[in-house]
Amino acid sequence: MANFKHTLFEQMIKDFAETEVKPLAQEVDEQEVFPAETVEKMAKSGIMGIIVPKQYGGAGGDYNMYIYAVEELSKHCATTGVILSAHTSLCQAPILEYGTEEQKQKYLPDLASGKKIGAFGLTEPNAGTDASNQQTVAVEKEDHYLLNGSKIFITNAGYASTYIIIAVTGKGPKGPEMSAFIVESAFEGFTIGKKEKKMGIRGSSTCELIFENVKVPKENLLGKRGDGFKIAMKTLDGGRIGIAAQALGIAEGALDTTVAYVKSRKQFGKPISAFQNTQFVLADLSTKIAAARLLVYAAVAAKQNKEPTLSVKAAQAKLFAAETAMEVTTKAVQLHGGYGYTREYPVERMMRDAKITEIYEGTSEVQRMVISAALLKK
Amino acid sequence: MNNKNIWVFCEQRDGVIQDVALELLGVASELAKTTNEKVCALLLGSKIKKQAKELIAYGADQVLVVDHKNLETFVTEPYAQAVTQLAKQYEPSIILFGATSIGRDLAPRLSARLKTGLTADCTKLEADENGNLFMTRPAFGGNLFATIICPDHRPQMSTVRPGVMKKMERDGKRKGEIIECEINFDQSKFAVSVIEEVKACSNVAKIEDAKILVSCGRGIKDITPAFEVAGKLKGTVSASRALVDAGVTAHDRQVGQTGKTVRPDAYLAFGISGAIQHLAGMEESEFIVAVNTDKNAPIFKIANLGIVSDAAAVLKQLNKIIENKPC
Amino acid sequence: MKIIVCIKQVPNTTEIKIDPVTNTLKRDGVPSIINPDDKSAIEAALSLKEKCGATVTVLTMGPMQAEKALREALAMGADEAFLLTDRAFAGSDTLATSTIIAAAIKKLGADLVFCGRQAIDGDTAQVGPQIAEHLDIPQITYAAAIDYDCERDVLRVKRQFEDRYQVLEVKGKCLVTVLSSMTKPRYMNVWDIVEQDEKEISFITFADLELNREDIGLNGSPTKVKSTATKQFDKTIETVELDPESAAQTIVDALKARHLI
Repeated sequence: MANFKHTLFEQMIKDFAETEVKPLAQEVDEQEVFPAETVEKMAKSGIMGIIVPKQYGGAGGDYNMYIYAVEELSKHCATTGVILSAHTSLCQAPILEYGTEEQKQKYLPDLASGKKIGAFGLTEPNAGTDASNQQTVAVEKEDHYLLNGSKIFITNAGYASTYIIIAVTGKGPKGPEMSAFIVESAFEGFTIGKKEKKMGIRGSSTCELIFENVKVPKENLLGKRGDGFKIAMKTLDGGRIGIAAQALGIAEGALDTTVAYVKSRKQFGKPISAFQNTQFVLADLSTKIAAARLLVYAAVAAKQNKEPTLSVKAAQAKLFAAETAMEVTTKAVQLHGGYGYTREYPVERMMRDAKITEIYEGTSEVQRMVISAALLKK
Repeated sequence: MNNKNIWVFCEQRDGVIQDVALELLGVASELAKTTNEKVCALLLGSKIKKQAKELIAYGADQVLVVDHKNLETFVTEPYAQAVTQLAKQYEPSIILFGATSIGRDLAPRLSARLKTGLTADCTKLEADENGNLFMTRPAFGGNLFATIICPDHRPQMSTVRPGVMKKMERDGKRKGEIIECEINFDQSKFAVSVIEEVKACSNVAKIEDAKILVSCGRGIKDITPAFEVAGKLKGTVSASRALVDAGVTAHDRQVGQTGKTVRPDAYLAFGISGAIQHLAGMEESEFIVAVNTDKNAPIFKIANLGIVSDAAAVLKQLNKIIENKPC
Repeated sequence: MKIIVCIKQVPNTTEIKIDPVTNTLKRDGVPSIINPDDKSAIEAALSLKEKCGATVTVLTMGPMQAEKALREALAMGADEAFLLTDRAFAGSDTLATSTIIAAAIKKLGADLVFCGRQAIDGDTAQVGPQIAEHLDIPQITYAAAIDYDCERDVLRVKRQFEDRYQVLEVKGKCLVTVLSSMTKPRYMNVWDIVEQDEKEISFITFADLELNREDIGLNGSPTKVKSTATKQFDKTIETVELDPESAAQTIVDALKARHLI
């Protein structure tokens, strides 16, 4: 069999990101608009269904392609990157992994074609890093679960039609028993609450979800009852690779634009790229990006090969890539000087965007907890 | 090979001889001095006969006229049949065409029909005493020039870029022969029909696509003349960020870091000082003209032609002296 | 309906540089792309396929590396791809090239043939019309828009001239050369990107075609390259102080000298 798909895919995504995503990035940020038209174009090109197998209407691509897409989109617009990441990692992936054949046939084709967007709800006002402190409850009734409660900071909320929701379904031996559900935006009693005004990724829609006596049919229970926390944690392992790729992309984008800038910006009669301080800073940033990239794609390999080390590798990739993104963007602004602090150049946006990667889908502290727990367990 | 004489396909549109035809007669006359041959003009069209004398005045020794309703407007097949029959009958050594959307349609069709070579879009033609033609053309986007020969086949064919060759001074007293020719058209081959023909300039609206950009900066308060000049040059208007921020024109015309990157054949910058953000968007342009009152403006560092002058006044003057050719 | 799209893999000339010593092109590291006009020809064929149903076959002549261009076309949605490759084809000028491609089209069979108007590495615009002549089918060049009337089986083309356009109709076989300004070609899509790996590219060699050796390659090429030279680089920089009248005249003269007026 021929092996051109990665080369062609990379060419296509680069072209798409530069042509369709880059020109809108500034506007998406300034106007805080969800780039719905871009998402439609992504859908048309199959980008919203990369990892979904062909029998469910997806492209049947691999995880590597999906992560590369997040990286490349995030080089130009971190908002667009996270829309794809949440859609793929946090909604399609758990349905693929834990869904019944009926659930897959019902939900995946529309998600893969991009006709519908996916999202994931775990975080609550009192359940952030302490994710098990869930207060959303789903009470089992005759043919449905009755869902009540709320979620916050939900990426793609409002634009998504298909949500994976974690809720308490009872008491377990070690605490609350949690389960995962596929919840449709059209279900009665499901409303979108407050939209957050954020520092970065401002075009990404981040809202509260409110459930008031939402009847979730029993066939929408994802996985087994009581598997909710496990599903959430496994889903986040995958999600973290997506966010690591987003962070990597932001860092690469910031470095690219800074390299171009220092070659054209002149001070003391020569381009600032001629100064050793500039050269050394760029060398360090480029090296860290290269290291982050290795970690990200090592995690991708772990995911593709279903390695048991996935959790640690995903956490390491996200931890390092996020901190790299923050450092690279901060120094990129510094190398731009006063211009870097203005909105005329993209680096200030990139610096604001980078910060979220140290926070969502597990803060950097959570990643350290995951990594050290695995170390100390031995 | 007994082929002899240099032919010029004289393009006409609506019965009007195109400039490129006269330019080709000019270069053909030069070539004929070396090869010691006659210059023969091919005049194809409908109700076109009366133009033949004009071609003699511009250098033709002989004019072959085909006046037929099939040739009223350009369609490949009837024109190809006419030229093929004449070429087979008279056996020219060279046939030159304008490298226009007509010449570049017809000439390759003919070269395959006559089984001979064709060189496209030449910018220089030379010949030797034996009648061999040396055809020079740009290649690889103009980075390279190649000289092409067609040693063993006749006629030698070439399309020549309009505007490059010089036409002769018109000489109404020149003598020449006019021959009216009949063509046996094979109408069964006329598969393509013209449903309508509309005269219209193709309007380049996008600044990334324009070959010529008239670009305005802070030094231009009124951009109306810029649009008029751009229209006459078949280009369009772009602007620096200062003008866009001032609301004078829309963001999609902005050149530079936060606007678009352009590389037209000519970038005419009026009243643009040339902040690096702007230069980043246009420094790849083929030919850069800058007009600014400040002789220290950074744009002069990259301009091929820098003029210290009042940009608004120069723009107005340009508008006066550039003729408005209908396309 | 069967549409054959002829494409060419070209170096991205916007990135090409000339070695000033040897006068040759520095191709190292210059990415190869599908010629832009040809990409629009693919798009035209694919939209016609969507409208009326058709199989879209892409055909190119070139070295083995041209497989990538064909695979890109498959990833855009073309159905099958053929690569004309043989040492006997090397050194062909436009006439010899068109002879080879026409022989391949005859073998494959096509109702419509779409080509790009011209390639950015050669800019000749000759191969399309020459193929049409070899196939003895009509040609329509400089297509700015293409529409197909599925009911009447009539192809309708907006044919662009410098100063006008024609709307042309043709029934039956035809070769059309397409302008890249016609339409923005679609992106490759992930479905077909994944699927093309499962498809084979078919190779066509001299032995597969009814061709005479004297009609192809260097022998079959009436035109020969006698010499090449690099461009005289005229990025001379001059700054002069002028009154508006002479300034305007200087600009007009400069534009005229570069044939821009």
